[in-house]
Amino acid sequence: MSFTVPAKLEAQLDELTTHYPQKRSASLMFLHALQEHFGYVSPEAVDWTARKLGLQPINVQELVTFYPMFRQQPLGKTQVKVCRTLSCSLAGSDSIRKHFVEKLGLDAHKHGPQTTADGKFTVEFVECLASCGTAPVVMVNDDLVEKCTAADCDRILSKGR
Amino acid sequence: MPQEQRLILKHADQPGYTPDIECYMRHGGYEALRKALATPGRDLPDGKKQTPREVIRDEVLKSGLRGRGGAGFSAGLKWSFVDRRSGKPIYLICNADESEPGTFKDRQILHKDPHQLVEGMIISCWANDVKLAYIYIRGEMPHAARLLNKALDEARAKGFLGKDILGSGTELEIHVHRGAGAYICGEETGLIESLEGKRPYPRIKPPYFPAVLGLYMCPTIVNNVETLCHVRHIVNMGGAEYAKLGTPNNTGTRIISLSGDVKNPGYFEVEVGKVTLGEVIYHENFGGGLKPGRTLKAIIPGGSSSKVLKAGEKFKLRKKGPDGQMVAVETDLLDLPYDFDSLQQAGTMSGSGAVIVMDDTREIVDVLANVSEFYAHESCGQCTPCREGALWMSKALHRMTTGGGRSQDADYLLHIAQNIQGRTICAFGEAAAWPVLSFVKKFKDDFVARGKADEEARAKGIVPASHH
Ligand SMILES: Cc1cc2nc3c(=O)[nH]c(=O)nc-3n(C[C@H](O)[C@H](O)[C@H](O)COP(=O)(O)O)c2cc1C
Ligand code: SF4
Ligand code: FES
Repeated sequence: MSFTVPAKLEAQLDELTTHYPQKRSASLMFLHALQEHFGYVSPEAVDWTARKLGLQPINVQELVTFYPMFRQQPLGKTQVKVCRTLSCSLAGSDSIRKHFVEKLGLDAHKHGPQTTADGKFTVEFVECLASCGTAPVVMVNDDLVEKCTAADCDRILSKGR
Repeated sequence: MPQEQRLILKHADQPGYTPDIECYMRHGGYEALRKALATPGRDLPDGKKQTPREVIRDEVLKSGLRGRGGAGFSAGLKWSFVDRRSGKPIYLICNADESEPGTFKDRQILHKDPHQLVEGMIISCWANDVKLAYIYIRGEMPHAARLLNKALDEARAKGFLGKDILGSGTELEIHVHRGAGAYICGEETGLIESLEGKRPYPRIKPPYFPAVLGLYMCPTIVNNVETLCHVRHIVNMGGAEYAKLGTPNNTGTRIISLSGDVKNPGYFEVEVGKVTLGEVIYHENFGGGLKPGRTLKAIIPGGSSSKVLKAGEKFKLRKKGPDGQMVAVETDLLDLPYDFDSLQQAGTMSGSGAVIVMDDTREIVDVLANVSEFYAHESCGQCTPCREGALWMSKALHRMTTGGGRSQDADYLLHIAQNIQGRTICAFGEAAAWPVLSFVKKFKDDFVARGKADEEARAKGIVPASHH
């Protein structure tokens, strides 16, 4: 598949670049936008970003490998991020993650994001999502599910299938 | 009766209150900005003159406002350190990274009343001659980022931002910049590196104090969301009047994020120091107490980086006696006023205002293992003591939670933690070490007992599940 950034997206990114006195600053925003559009940050996206911002590809690649939100492979259509941190853990986030992992046939002992073979779901533990008062919380794509119950998990699963 | 005193969150949860500019302006929004721009200069008793901008900065100093992001440093003093002679542009960055575990207060402002932040920022920028500012918002808040962008567009359309703010001849632009899931971006110099498009490796201080060598090596102010919102109220009320809220040296209101083992977790805005830690947890206006039949075990009082407090602990607080002399008053943990100074005197901190409660059903070793895993995951990796130490502690604690404990693990953990603190580039090192130091010291019996039990089980040939 050839890598083409739609003209409209490129225009948006060019505008974004004007927000900063130094172009390099726009790199995180570029990666967000490209990941949103393509589903992940491919080596081509890294090269393209570097070219646009006058950087070496390594300057961009080192961001992709550092920041947890950037992905180097395509992910599931429904991305489930279960908060692992203390307040959510006290409220049972362990069993929430287990619920997802078991129902999707993923490996409960494996660390890091896991994607189902059909590409429909990615499940992972993430750190505090700044909603500890409504623990346990789960992010499903851009949306926060607060006080998440087993029934909520099942609803998320049936919606994403 | 202890109760909420809502200044920042006054309208946020009112039915029908929406995050658009029309609603904000119907509720008096942007009046403080107009007032600030119309502020006259003034003559001081010593014959010196203050420009209008200096007047606003002076009011913020007089208000006693302390940073709500973690360190509790005086906002007015921070602003006074800004290098105004360098000839370089001055930048302001709003820290909306909200990533200290337990904290969910900025989220309320960003989602429910974004214009309050925008107004606070415009005033702060004007007072500090800032023409370009950023809101660094954590990547996991995409909706809030959209709301902020909309709010900025609305403010631009009304002439509150742009080339000539309300005809004042002053220009200002504010942009939203999204992070991407790394806790260390909350540390101000890590944040600055991130905003420059780099890995968020914190800078060493000295020489890289943001007030002198910040964003693009220019003088930079970094303030928390809640701190910047207060500026609007200080302008409205006047610094001296604002300082009457709260308690001396702990002025104003602040939003407490309460979570963990309480009946009613949530956020509560209180006058600083007017409510005790016990009231926050037990009073019906706040946490409403523990779940039925439970007793208190521990409190993390200011985000997971703060030192834990153990149920039943007593502290000597310095207080002014009836004759005006300072006396040490023995104070029970639950009677500690929830403010910056009291918690510091109790050997911990109010940090980001996040209180996490643990009851007697919790295993302390498991709790610390959870906390330490966070720091092991989030160390940026620049300093060896932090990178290796945080991981090492987390691994040891993981081993202890899976049947591999040893009776000497308590001392082993203390030894590692002691070798991290004070030996790193940024305060993350302390943030990783303090939970371990405080949990292990205060609950040493729990750690030793867990280690002994594991040793005995192993001696009997019982192999723990995860060690086969
Ligand atoms: C490891 C670490 C993480 C931090 N995270 C945050 C954060 O998420 N939000 C925040 O406002 N301040 C955070 N801070 C504090 C900032 O470095 C900085 O002191 C603060 O934003 C200043 O704003 P204030 O003076 O208004 O509180 C963090 C500090 C450290 C050391
Ligand atoms: S103390 Fe830790 S987080 Fe801070 S700079 Fe060093 S390695 Fe990075
Ligand atoms: S601990 Fe889960 S949202 Fe904070």
